[in-house]
Amino acid sequence: MSETGILLVNAFLLGSMLIIAVTMARLRNLFVAAMMSSIYSLATACLFVLLDAVDVAFTEAAVGAGVSTVLILSALSLTDYTDRPPRPGPHRAALVLCLGVGVLLMIAASDWPALGSADTPVHQHPLTEHYLVRSPQDTGLPNVVTSVLASYRGYDTLGEVTVVFTAGMAVLMLLWGGRSPKERRK
Amino acid sequence: MKPRGSTAVLRVVTKQLMPAILLFALYVQFHGDYGPGGGFQAGVIFAAGIVLYALVFGLDQARQVLPPQWLLRVAPLGVLLYAGVGVYSLLSGRAFLDYSAIDPADPVHGQHLGILLVELGVGLTVGAVMILIFYAFAGRRRSGP
Repeated sequence: MSETGILLVNAFLLGSMLIIAVTMARLRNLFVAAMMSSIYSLATACLFVLLDAVDVAFTEAAVGAGVSTVLILSALSLTDYTDRPPRPGPHRAALVLCLGVGVLLMIAASDWPALGSADTPVHQHPLTEHYLVRSPQDTGLPNVVTSVLASYRGYDTLGEVTVVFTAGMAVLMLLWGGRSPKERRK
Repeated sequence: MKPRGSTAVLRVVTKQLMPAILLFALYVQFHGDYGPGGGFQAGVIFAAGIVLYALVFGLDQARQVLPPQWLLRVAPLGVLLYAGVGVYSLLSGRAFLDYSAIDPADPVHGQHLGILLVELGVGLTVGAVMILIFYAFAGRRRSGP
């Protein structure tokens, strides 16, 4: 894709994300808000594809746009589909605070190195070259992300899987209250 | 969670999509060494497919395809498979999670096989946990009046 093309797609995605975020903040219908958050995740997944992070995009599309939206909807079916009208409060102060933090973040972001530039510390660290050069020889895998994740950094990934397992079991204990699925279906 | 109203179109489309989604999850799982993806991605794509199935055909139908009792065993199995590969390399006299121990004659092949096995462990655990949480959430009824 040409430079202008990528710029246009980026502007479209970020613009629609901004519109979705503002709409979600104003919505009182939570069903529509859940759908909007799903579309927001889908736009984020498209942004990840543009950044060449296809595996992150998979996860964002499946979890953010898919499963978590379904979980929010099932939670809504247990409570209520409409939110209470907003209580009077210091809305103007909150808006000023949000805009202030946004401007600060933009100023901070101007210090970032350009996307994909080769002279950043990340790309100049000797370990980067070590992984990129040694991975095909050590593991025979062309995908360095996989070899770093599963082999060089295998400890971290084992920890992550344990966290996923423990968190899942904790959620099940809370929701099923310690009963086995058989007792639960009485 | 029972589907309401006319769902004929949804049923037909979902039936066509299901094999493609599950096959794509398996592709992401086992082709992760060459293309983008891996265990985490494959697990969530598989879970998303099952969630779609449950939404269209009802939770009870999905529970018959993948019973929660099975999934409760698959989730720890993934962690055990991952850690088991590490313990195996430890017992073979190498460092924990040093996959070269799997095939000492050809360390590169051992690494490849080890990565495939631990990614499978990741995929099993992530997929099973996601589907279980969905079952637990969707199976709840509003209590009280």
